[in-house]
Amino acid sequence: MAFEPSQPLREYTEKLIPRYPQKRSAIMMILHFIQREQGFISLEAQEWVAAQLDLQPIQVREVVTFYPFYREHPVGKKFIRVCRTLSCALNGGYKVCDKFLAEFDAKLGHTSPDGRVTVEFAECLASCGTAPVAMIDDDLYENLTEDKVKELCDRIKAEVPAETPAPAADTHHH
Amino acid sequence: MIVAPKRTEIHPKERRMILKHADDPNYDTSIDCYMRHGGYEVLKKALAMKPEEVQDHVMKAGIRGRGGAGFPAGMKWKFLDRKSGKPIYLICNADESEPGTFKDRQIMHKDPHQLVEGMMIAAWATNTAKAFIYIREEMPHGALILEQAIEEARAKGFVGDNIGGSGYSCDLIVHRGAAAYICGEETGLIESLEGKRAYPRIKPPYFPAALGLYMCPTIVNNVETLCHVKHAVDMGGDEYAKLGTPNNSGTRIWSLSGHVQRPGYYELENGKHTYGELIYDIGGGLKPGRSLLAVIPGGSSSKVWRAGDRFKGKNRDGSEYDWGIEDVPLNFDGPAAAGSMSGSGAVIVVDDSVDIVDVLANINAFYAHESCGQCTPCREGSLWMKKITSRMAAGQARVEDVDLLASIGDQIAGRTICAHGEACAWPTQSFVAKFRDKFIERAQRQAASGTGETRLI
Repeated sequence: MAFEPSQPLREYTEKLIPRYPQKRSAIMMILHFIQREQGFISLEAQEWVAAQLDLQPIQVREVVTFYPFYREHPVGKKFIRVCRTLSCALNGGYKVCDKFLAEFDAKLGHTSPDGRVTVEFAECLASCGTAPVAMIDDDLYENLTEDKVKELCDRIKAEVPAETPAPAADTHHH
Repeated sequence: MIVAPKRTEIHPKERRMILKHADDPNYDTSIDCYMRHGGYEVLKKALAMKPEEVQDHVMKAGIRGRGGAGFPAGMKWKFLDRKSGKPIYLICNADESEPGTFKDRQIMHKDPHQLVEGMMIAAWATNTAKAFIYIREEMPHGALILEQAIEEARAKGFVGDNIGGSGYSCDLIVHRGAAAYICGEETGLIESLEGKRAYPRIKPPYFPAALGLYMCPTIVNNVETLCHVKHAVDMGGDEYAKLGTPNNSGTRIWSLSGHVQRPGYYELENGKHTYGELIYDIGGGLKPGRSLLAVIPGGSSSKVWRAGDRFKGKNRDGSEYDWGIEDVPLNFDGPAAAGSMSGSGAVIVVDDSVDIVDVLANINAFYAHESCGQCTPCREGSLWMKKITSRMAAGQARVEDVDLLASIGDQIAGRTICAHGEACAWPTQSFVAKFRDKFIERAQRQAASGTGETRLI
């Protein structure tokens, strides 16, 4: 099925491209916009991006597959990233991650059976002074404890309805 | 939503210049607030000078790069190839991602206009055609705050066309990364900004000052560095240089994390304090009942110090120094004289509640994940070091792993296009050298859980 860009995406792209001295530079920002709208970046969307920037689709895909943040498959309604790196780990980051996984009966890097969340490890979220930290979508949560994680999970369960998830896909590139 | 909470308790030893207003509860990110506090006056002052004069101030101020290498910013600007006739680009490296570092986050989230003003002064001084802020993806609110600040500054004529009525024009664009650490490496960042995989370029010939973005002369400076430009021009280079200590001028924001009572960001006059003061006095010391195992003095890629280490050598003036970890001056040159580096100013403290093998396994997992994969020694070596230390952490360590790890590290450093080779090799090389007995002891013990219950891998 061909990718049908939304009106906001068209407008954004039209405005964005001329700001860069070279068209190709706009690729990452366009991919961000698409992923925000769609939740992931399909091959069809990548072909559309390629056409906007006078690139071959493979030149878009090599970008999508290089950067850990871009995804080619859907994820849960909430995207949870728990920092795994040293300062967070020293302060219990792994326990925080286990708690998120247990609350949603999820496996690391996979969408939970209720489709509500995808939990991943992230590498250093640059908030080591308030370790351990995690991001839920755009928001950073600091000084996490198992109790605080429970509260966050309860809130997600209250706000996000459960549903059957799309076929589980490993979201890790590496 | 928690964007970046204010820390209102400021330690009496702090000398706040960059973060002067950031944590004031009444200070916000709007341009009105910034201008009430004297904002954009230094840009006006700079526009009244010749670009060369502004450069002179930065040179005399002796501002050294706050991102990791500590290279003098003024020198970087002087290297710009002006004869090529090509447009000059300025990039702010806001990809803050060296583990342990969280200082630029404070600036961008709490005082974005300071960065915008610093950048426009730098742009004027270098006759930049277009400027970019490359901010890591994991700071989406930071990107929005900066975009809003830029729009406000544009409306007031401080960004964009005919800046401050000077006839000089320069646009400023916020560009977001996508969670790849290697984009903090300046040539990797440039490739990324060109819309490609962030494969670092080989130097020579691709020094950004000559062949940078779109093969044009380019400056890449860190967020904190560009803020210092504003203060150097405001105070005058000579006055600024009096702050701090010789060859280590100004203030510096240290990120303190790990096993300390009061982790956080602390802005201190450069070289006026020691690691001991930061960890024990300002940071509140270790948690009750714990003793020090190690200090990582400048981001997780810097070479580790073991508790009890002594560093001896000769100062430039011929006098001798004999330091413990707590005596090392908090500046650029101190950690270097103690066999490591100040890097991004990220100090990670590790106590005896964890096992040193697990600490290295955690660090190795990071660098293996973040290798761009371009050079074989780094791509393969970082992965092998990760595999070996993960196996050791899982309870299957062998005595010969120590030498095997050292040999892999030795085969990476110096054999790659960019410094990620060193960044991934230095932890392994230094941990194995400093803690050889602990690694061998772990192999003999064959224990899976280290010394405590905190999992690190």
